[in-house]
Amino acid sequence: MRYAETGFNLEIDLSRGSIERVATDPGLTELHLGGLGTNAKILWDRVPPEIEPFSPDNILIFSTGLLCGTPAIGANRTIVSTISPQTLFMAYSMMGGFWAPELKYAGYDKVIFRGKSPNLVYLWINNDNVEIRDASHLQGKGAVETEDLIRQELKEPKAQVAAIGLAGENRVYMASIEHGRSSASRLGIGAVMGDKGLKAIAVRGTKDVNIARPAEFMELCNEVLKYIPVRDQNPVPGVMPILAGLGSPKEMAIHDEEWHTENFMWGNSRVRRKGFWNEEIEKKWTESMENVRTRLISCYNCPMKCGAIISVPGVSTYMMKCFSKLTYTMAAFSDLDFGFRIAQRATEYGVDAFSTPQVMAFALELYEAGILTDQDMPGMPSDNEGRFYWLLDRIVRREGIGDVLADGTHWAAQQIGNGAEEYAHNNIKKHEQLPLKLSMLNPIYFLMYCTGEKANITQIEGNFPQAPFATREEREEFVKDWIQVPDEKFKEYVLNWEPRGENSMPYYPTIEATCEIVDWQEMMHYIDDAVGMCAGLSSFPLKPPYHIHNYPAFISSATGIDMDEAELSQIAKRNRTLLRAFNVRRGLRRADERPPEDHWKKRFPELEAQLLDAYYKFKGWNKEGIPTKESLQELDLDYVSEDLIQRGILTDDEATPSKEISAEKERK
Amino acid sequence: MKGEKKKKIVKAIKVDVDKCNGCRACELVCSAFHATPKYSSNNPARSRIRVIHEPLQDIYVPVFAGEYTAAECTGRDKYVIDGKEYDECAFCRASCPSRDLFKEPDSGLPLKCDMCEEDPPLEEPLCVQWCLHDALTYEEREEEVEEEVEREKLEIGLESLANEYGLDKIIDTVARMSQKG
Repeated sequence: MRYAETGFNLEIDLSRGSIERVATDPGLTELHLGGLGTNAKILWDRVPPEIEPFSPDNILIFSTGLLCGTPAIGANRTIVSTISPQTLFMAYSMMGGFWAPELKYAGYDKVIFRGKSPNLVYLWINNDNVEIRDASHLQGKGAVETEDLIRQELKEPKAQVAAIGLAGENRVYMASIEHGRSSASRLGIGAVMGDKGLKAIAVRGTKDVNIARPAEFMELCNEVLKYIPVRDQNPVPGVMPILAGLGSPKEMAIHDEEWHTENFMWGNSRVRRKGFWNEEIEKKWTESMENVRTRLISCYNCPMKCGAIISVPGVSTYMMKCFSKLTYTMAAFSDLDFGFRIAQRATEYGVDAFSTPQVMAFALELYEAGILTDQDMPGMPSDNEGRFYWLLDRIVRREGIGDVLADGTHWAAQQIGNGAEEYAHNNIKKHEQLPLKLSMLNPIYFLMYCTGEKANITQIEGNFPQAPFATREEREEFVKDWIQVPDEKFKEYVLNWEPRGENSMPYYPTIEATCEIVDWQEMMHYIDDAVGMCAGLSSFPLKPPYHIHNYPAFISSATGIDMDEAELSQIAKRNRTLLRAFNVRRGLRRADERPPEDHWKKRFPELEAQLLDAYYKFKGWNKEGIPTKESLQELDLDYVSEDLIQRGILTDDEATPSKEISAEKERK
Repeated sequence: MKGEKKKKIVKAIKVDVDKCNGCRACELVCSAFHATPKYSSNNPARSRIRVIHEPLQDIYVPVFAGEYTAAECTGRDKYVIDGKEYDECAFCRASCPSRDLFKEPDSGLPLKCDMCEEDPPLEEPLCVQWCLHDALTYEEREEEVEEEVEREKLEIGLESLANEYGLDKIIDTVARMSQKG
């Protein structure tokens, strides 16, 4: 018997309409756990670098994590992986909700799609019965609406549905996959789903998920259950309220938005509005939210209430979480009423709430600058909010200028030319980032922005404080019960880290300490993404219930696979290195590893180069950021090093690469 | 026949639908507790508590399994509470032919909440323990119930004879027997 996992994947060929149930190799679980780890392995094996995102040979994987469907609190993430049409590297975007556990209960760990369906279809998985069904009647329907329509036509209210909206159907690079209160939004995976002619996947499962050593496992779960309320009642002092507790930022619960509105940038990540927040605005925004928010809600088996049901009068109900509350509002220089209203339409269209508002603000900046003209924007309203609706409608339909903008700021700027490139200024690896512009370089964030494989800061930051505490007393207080650190030295780094003076940024934490801090934070994300744990209970907040000291016992008692901290760290490193190698094979090089252009005002080119050099070395990569033959072999990834050597990307003596390919050139 | 009043402990799970966050941890842990061996597997389809939910209507109702019923109701009601329309079944605890709740998925046999009965007893049923938002809380309340007086064997025997021969005949017979001494 297989424990925690089911041991079966579904392989769907959409071109031929074939469905296969395939037993998986338990050896791969021991090497990669599951989720993102095994997704990366499958992508490495099946998608050579010449495959374009919209090729029928690109695959789209919907995966559960290893612990999804077990009683491990918060293990509910679906990990979707494919090639991003925007970055041309591996896209992996994740969503919470109920989909992954339901797939486990139906008896599968992953659903792997290849090929393209000639007509729009959806997949219906009902335990052992799996069928590809016609979805032509769902064409153009909203994502939330589609979920409901499918449940109705299947007469199965308990089915869990993940669906794309019009944006995905039209291969918009910001297209998301929506599922109830959750969405897998980043890197354009909804566009790949649309390209494959797949409107939705509905799942219903009524089978058991087994645990290898039940008594031990439940005791660990109960410890987490006991810790969560204690941690919740003891927010970390000295950090901003939304980051002081557990879960993803509590945007649906809080009303005080002074920090976001005054520290994040408005418009196309340009304008900082110091002094914006006042009593009058707080009162108005509080009313706006209370008028539309009917209930705070959770994902499967999680007590954190990070999401909300939003009912805006006159439009259909939808669900929201996290920072999407403010992205449209701030991009359009508008208010919260507008934010909730346009987010309803955007959610039905199925678009990423990070990138999309920025793309629209970018277009309006180009218009103000005269780079886009009235000829490009025929019929655009004159008011800012009207313009946002107008642009959103055109982008998801790929109409006129919308067709250009639908590729995101980087590719749109290339196409528009005439200096537009300067306006696509807030990207990493061609992907739009949070609207943040800061002063002093933070060495930890520099490395995370540069080297994160997902090009998304929330996917790598987390367990280490974002900034130094003001006083020694605060620092001592913070480290007192900091059991989550892998090593005592991390406490020293916090104790010695000061806002000003010798031990302050950018030279403190030291280069060596910075490498260790980044590596630890990233490792926790890679474990979460392999086991399907929500980062909100693990790698994202300070002092979370899951950490490197209890994870091995969790995984081991659930699966029966022996594991200690060193072995788990090695698996995380293997998965992380495999992702890097996959992207290296697609052209990723050191030159691509830069933070958003003007993210920090004060830059230190020499220090930055040293940081990258040191971090690459720490990771076992060469000066170009390519994993060396030795480090690949040490991670049982000999087949990867052989492939890289054969392609001339890695030379036998591990020197710099002999062949330069850049991702930019690859795109037709 | 009237008996004496007697006090009895009633175990109750109080359900506050406004506090439900829809996470369904109650379903998961219930099915894990009732697995054999305990916690060796879980499967919400085997759970004796289900959250009836329609997120877009803001409907979340945790219902725990009650009695099996062989037949479904002939008519159905709708309740409108705070502007939300609930099907009568949303509050019904029966394992019933009209729906797939509270039935073993393999055998179809009915499931019923047993308040996680165990020796030694748990402080609270598991679903309550795992509901950190107190949508489910556990209560023990004392209720006065009328106790039926236990009847003696003789009376039960006589009653059945009376049913067969009639009470008059029994009286005659008893009189005759007593005269004979």
